[in-house]
Amino acid sequence: MKRSLANWLDSGAPWVWINAGAATLCLAMVFGLLLLLGVKGLGHFWPQPVLQATYTGAEPPASIIGEVAASETIDADDLYPATPGEEQGEIERQLLKLGNRDITGGDFAWVLTGLLEDVSYPPELAVIERREWGNLYGYLNGLRQAGAAVLPVGAQDGTGEARWNELHSRLDRARDLRREIERIERSIIADINFGMERLRLEERQLVLAGGDSAGALRENARQRESFDAQYAEIRLRLLELNRQIQRDTALFRIADGSTVEIPIADIVRAHRPNGMDWVESTRVYFARLIEFLSGNPREANTEGGLLPALYGTAMMVMLMSVIVTPLGVVAGVYLSEYAPRGWLTRIIRVSVNNLAGVPSIVYGMFGLGFFIYLAGGEIDRLFYAESLPAPTFGTPGLLWASLTLALLTLPVVIVATEEGLGNVPASLREASLALGATQFETLWRVVLPLARPSMLTGLILAVARAAGEVAPLMLVGVVKLAPSLPLDTQFPYLHPEQQFMHLGYHVFDLATQSPNVEAAMPQAFATAFLLVAVVTALNLSAVVLRGRLRERYRAMDTGAWA
Amino acid sequence: MKGGEFSELNPDADGVRPEPCLETRNLSLRYAGNRRALNKVRLTIPRQRVTALIGPSGCGKTSLLRCFNRLNDLVDDCVITGRVRLEGKNIYAAKVDVTELRRRVGMVFQKPNPFPKSIYENVAFGLRIRGIKSRRRLDEIVQESLSAAALWDEVKGRLHKSALELSGGQQQRLVIARTLAVAPEVLLLDESASALDPISTLKIEELISELKKNYTIVIVTHNLQQAARVADYTAFMDMGEMVEFDTTARIFTNPVKRRTEEYITGRYG
Ligand SMILES: Nc1ncnc2c1ncn2[C@@H]1O[C@H](COP(=O)(O)OP(=O)(O)OP(=O)(O)O)[C@@H](O)[C@H]1O
Ligand SMILES: [Mg+2]
Repeated sequence: MKRSLANWLDSGAPWVWINAGAATLCLAMVFGLLLLLGVKGLGHFWPQPVLQATYTGAEPPASIIGEVAASETIDADDLYPATPGEEQGEIERQLLKLGNRDITGGDFAWVLTGLLEDVSYPPELAVIERREWGNLYGYLNGLRQAGAAVLPVGAQDGTGEARWNELHSRLDRARDLRREIERIERSIIADINFGMERLRLEERQLVLAGGDSAGALRENARQRESFDAQYAEIRLRLLELNRQIQRDTALFRIADGSTVEIPIADIVRAHRPNGMDWVESTRVYFARLIEFLSGNPREANTEGGLLPALYGTAMMVMLMSVIVTPLGVVAGVYLSEYAPRGWLTRIIRVSVNNLAGVPSIVYGMFGLGFFIYLAGGEIDRLFYAESLPAPTFGTPGLLWASLTLALLTLPVVIVATEEGLGNVPASLREASLALGATQFETLWRVVLPLARPSMLTGLILAVARAAGEVAPLMLVGVVKLAPSLPLDTQFPYLHPEQQFMHLGYHVFDLATQSPNVEAAMPQAFATAFLLVAVVTALNLSAVVLRGRLRERYRAMDTGAWA
Repeated sequence: MKGGEFSELNPDADGVRPEPCLETRNLSLRYAGNRRALNKVRLTIPRQRVTALIGPSGCGKTSLLRCFNRLNDLVDDCVITGRVRLEGKNIYAAKVDVTELRRRVGMVFQKPNPFPKSIYENVAFGLRIRGIKSRRRLDEIVQESLSAAALWDEVKGRLHKSALELSGGQQQRLVIARTLAVAPEVLLLDESASALDPISTLKIEELISELKKNYTIVIVTHNLQQAARVADYTAFMDMGEMVEFDTTARIFTNPVKRRTEEYITGRYG
């Protein structure tokens, strides 16, 4: 017996078990995290059934309509004062999303499941997603065009369906009008504003420069007049469009029996989840998912999409890669190939390695102090004097954020480059040199191509790190809500001085800064899931790349000794 | 003929006294940590002859070859003293262009080290370095070199496949072809036939005999029959010292030193 235990220990099996256990634990943690985020985040887009019930817990009993957002079992003692010697047991309660925030004040409420009576799921119960005030739950009761009823008020079977279809056709009309308004605001008005701002800056430049500028100023005034005329015209058109879009309203009977009237222009999406089969549900699901990925945020970021954040993250990461790759690779090549082997090089190498361990907020402080105040301030004084005191580059922005993160991830790229170069077998360098290649030719034709996968690994790790970084970004350019994207159709197209939105900060904002915690939570999970998915994908590709690199060297080894 | 310090070579089997090509005098080499690999080596390599370097493992044969193309320059803390002359010129002089030297003195390594590129690119590497761009000329030289190294027939269908897919022996011939492609004056072959089958070995030996008309060749080998077959001169080294150097016939039939005799009769140890 003893012998066999000793044998078992000697065989190394315990080690294998411990290793396998550790690996399993790591995997389980990663996948568990992804699963939690995925279920909580992505599940939230699936249309939930809406219940109608009478809540006897209120005095007098109230009729309520809502979606179940969460349910839990709690100790009854927490709710009612404990009576000595009496066991109260546990009770179940549910968090209901009641919506109608504009009417009732709050849109979430905890109710005791046992006190819900007459629970039903009427198929004609509608969920109205609105641009403001969150969801509205109720029954479509009528439609009005410029104040006049379109179809007879009062829910008759048959006319209910017709009314629902009429609502959708009017929704489509409102959507087209809104598109037109947005187009005008985004391109034409932005062009005019841009031109006016240019004129203002030119005038200020003229004044700053002194001298005779009467002629130029007159020309400017003429241009301004033409802009003003254009603007007045556009404004009239916008007013007209806005009047048109406000034409239609819809009437809903809500939980307490009263009827509310809301403009159709405020409705993003309307559906009746209780009556939907899974095909329709899937359609709604993907419509919401697409809005999430490609729309603008609404309602203090708690609803709508996160395109600006996704876009800002991508822009920043790209700009950072463009900066950090050449810098890191060149520095790595110098350190590993050319730097004389001495104490100075060793100190530099140790410093670079240690830079990777500096807390990221410190980089944020550095970016704020050095890049923004010093470099940015200097740029403003030299090139943008006419718009001072309003800063152009002397304020947090995309460029400074990218530079700060480039600095932050520089050690990763340098170390990866050095490692890749160091892994190239000496025999290959010697082969190249023995054929009469110079050191540079050897580097360029033999060593660098072999080290490329490992440099790429470094870059991907850097990107993954940058995509997930939040703390330094808060200091150097990320905002909760950016008025415009850093890349658009206005010359010069890329605006590196603008502030931008970022996925990581978006999560932080939703999770901790939102006034409406319950409403923000699903969105926070969905954003977190997206962020984790992006970072995980990047890391996985790094792993795959490294695997390929190793395989390449292994092939070389066995080749040599076959 | 030069006299004095650089003494003459003994006449070869045909009674001809060859010219010296590479000469070392008092050549000593120490690696890091004071490990002495060569000790006052004195050797004259005859031009357009085959010289075999034999000796027990670790005696310094590779180290000596690497002195001829200054590859030891790359080794940290490697100290070389003494003189090495190529065609009468000190190759360790300050103004010597090392890449130029390495073009003249080609080396095939003990372990085959093909680049992780295609077979074609391996052979064309040195040519591209030299600035040859013409596709026709590259094709021509690649084929010539591969044929000379007895590899062409085996790889002509897959020139653009990775060289790492070749067998060990094929790789050994590939790196020979790669060195032949750049047409050096001196060819240093470090145990280049050690992983080859008898037929390929024979082909390589034929190639060596063929090449000596134009090249000066130094081969390192543990195979004494091979040394006897192909070499005109043979040098026996032991523990970093040049024990004996003479025509192959003399070394193998009538060695002066006892250590040499013990080594070639297999009683060494
Ligand atoms: N780069 C190096 N650094 C330190 N010592 C070395 C180095 N290269 C070789 N040596 C040592 O120098 C001595 C001579 O080595 P060398 O490679 O020249 O032997 P060799 O005659 O070629 O042997 P073999 O027949 O096994 O190839 C050995 O003791 C070896 O350990
Ligand atoms: Mg050797």
